[in-house]
Amino acid sequence: MTVYRGTVRRFGDDVDTDMIIPAERLLAENLGHLGDFVFEKCRPGFADTVGKGDILVAGRNFGCGSSREHAPMALMQAGFSCVIAESFARIFYRNSLNIGLPVIECRLDAADGETAEADTEAGRVSVGGREYSFDGYTGFIAELVEAGGLMNLVREGRF
Amino acid sequence: MGRTIAEKVLSDRSGSDARAGDIVKAEVDYVMVNDVTGPIAFREFSKLGTDRIMRDRIVLVPDHYVPAKDVASAEQAREMREFARRYDIANYYEVGRSGVCHQLMVEEGFAAPGRLIVGADSHSCTYGGLNAFSTGIGSTEAAAVFATGRMWFRVPESIRIALSGRLKEHVGGKDLILRIIGDIGTEGASYRSMEFCGDAASLSVSDRLSVCNMAVEAGAKAAVFPCDSLTESYMKGRARGDWRPVSPDPDASYADELEYSLSDLVPYVACPSSPANCMPAAECGAAIDQAYLGSCTNGRIEDMREAASILKGRRVHPDVRMIVAPASKEVYGMMADEGLIRVFLDAGAYVSGPTCGACLGGHMGVLASGEAAVSSTNRNFLGRMGHRDSKVYLAGPAVVAASAVAGRIVPPEGVA
Repeated sequence: MTVYRGTVRRFGDDVDTDMIIPAERLLAENLGHLGDFVFEKCRPGFADTVGKGDILVAGRNFGCGSSREHAPMALMQAGFSCVIAESFARIFYRNSLNIGLPVIECRLDAADGETAEADTEAGRVSVGGREYSFDGYTGFIAELVEAGGLMNLVREGRF
Repeated sequence: MGRTIAEKVLSDRSGSDARAGDIVKAEVDYVMVNDVTGPIAFREFSKLGTDRIMRDRIVLVPDHYVPAKDVASAEQAREMREFARRYDIANYYEVGRSGVCHQLMVEEGFAAPGRLIVGADSHSCTYGGLNAFSTGIGSTEAAAVFATGRMWFRVPESIRIALSGRLKEHVGGKDLILRIIGDIGTEGASYRSMEFCGDAASLSVSDRLSVCNMAVEAGAKAAVFPCDSLTESYMKGRARGDWRPVSPDPDASYADELEYSLSDLVPYVACPSSPANCMPAAECGAAIDQAYLGSCTNGRIEDMREAASILKGRRVHPDVRMIVAPASKEVYGMMADEGLIRVFLDAGAYVSGPTCGACLGGHMGVLASGEAAVSSTNRNFLGRMGHRDSKVYLAGPAVVAASAVAGRIVPPEGVA
């Protein structure tokens, strides 16, 4: 699937991994329901409001902080279909590609509650009648995304 | 065109001419996971259904939730122990023979000049203090390294940071990195490598490790110091196997160049809730409930000595509890031998064994609502050490100790 359509959930700059999921939830017993804890410290009750397919839109440096893969896992398990941010912190970006959470680097003028549609193949996002374009994945990153993450490349002997 | 340290290490390990912006697959020397990031890696690896594993390159360190704080963390720690047994991984560090993962990587000689090391922990960039190129990766990526010994890297652009002068008393590596992050911001070095050069003679190996540890708080992929006589003497009797220093070519190309005079630095704090929210400790004055000394950033013997020199003959403020958690058993032992534990106890501080616990708001020093802590750790994000309405001020060991005595954040000269 390359087209994601959903309700915008708006965040600002420097959203860190402790905000996405706090360290006290990083226990193996929670791995199947990390989505329950998403943004629980900065927006208590937020997890209950996420609809399936919602699109997280943020500013700069999204996912800064820890290397916890639990962060993109929590967003996926909560129901988010993709994350669109002006820029991403590097480990979060790598982790997301590996677990199949689409991460799109694009500066959007989008408000909470608007409907957005992102096409990762065409490199286009539309929201409230406004159109934006972004560079799609290329080279090895495209290969990685297409394979559905690094372990599939390893499994197929391609890494 | 010459090559930076990042380009040299990644060229060497990928067998290609790796230049900034390229994506390469490179052989890594070691991969480390801890008890939080390990379980995902173990499960991903197990799904491959192979017994072929790079066992000698794997380092397993339980440190975040050990000694186990509850049943869930005990189960999680067992998952690592059982993985180590099942795959016969010798480099597993049990409670009592262990410490905070990054300190272990350094003390046990896994980190060494010129090496390429990855860890499923964002502070894996610490080992650049010993001239290694090291960086944080995810758990699934760690599982891929278990299987192949390789990882993919985007070769980073580098920022050259030239140092001159000498640190003043009670000023350390932590102050340098807080100042740098304050200057360039939390993504000022995103995807880049910080390459230090110039006169680093007044920065101890411990200081350099503190600097590189927090490079990730500016978004950096790595941070690397040159290898000098201090590095070489630290490696003696410690390094596993051979190592070869790496230095940049004189005509290497840098994305940016910064200069810092170490003589101009003062003790700093990073105020809530960003590591970039830097101000001189002398201008802060915030009241605190807890003072925390420890972590991979500042839990080494040099940090303990610095804090003890300020606490000797003084008392922790009646309204403050001070918690001291050395970063490893080795540090703990040296504290005992040097009489530092007695100094902390006499001052009214609590001294525990090594754990990451409080730094991440896990256990052993979690903050209640409305509380504030001065902490020698690396992150002061919202709710990082406890309740969402608690606050963390990041500082070096001297400011932590002085503030513990004063009951509010002061520089070392602020205590009578």
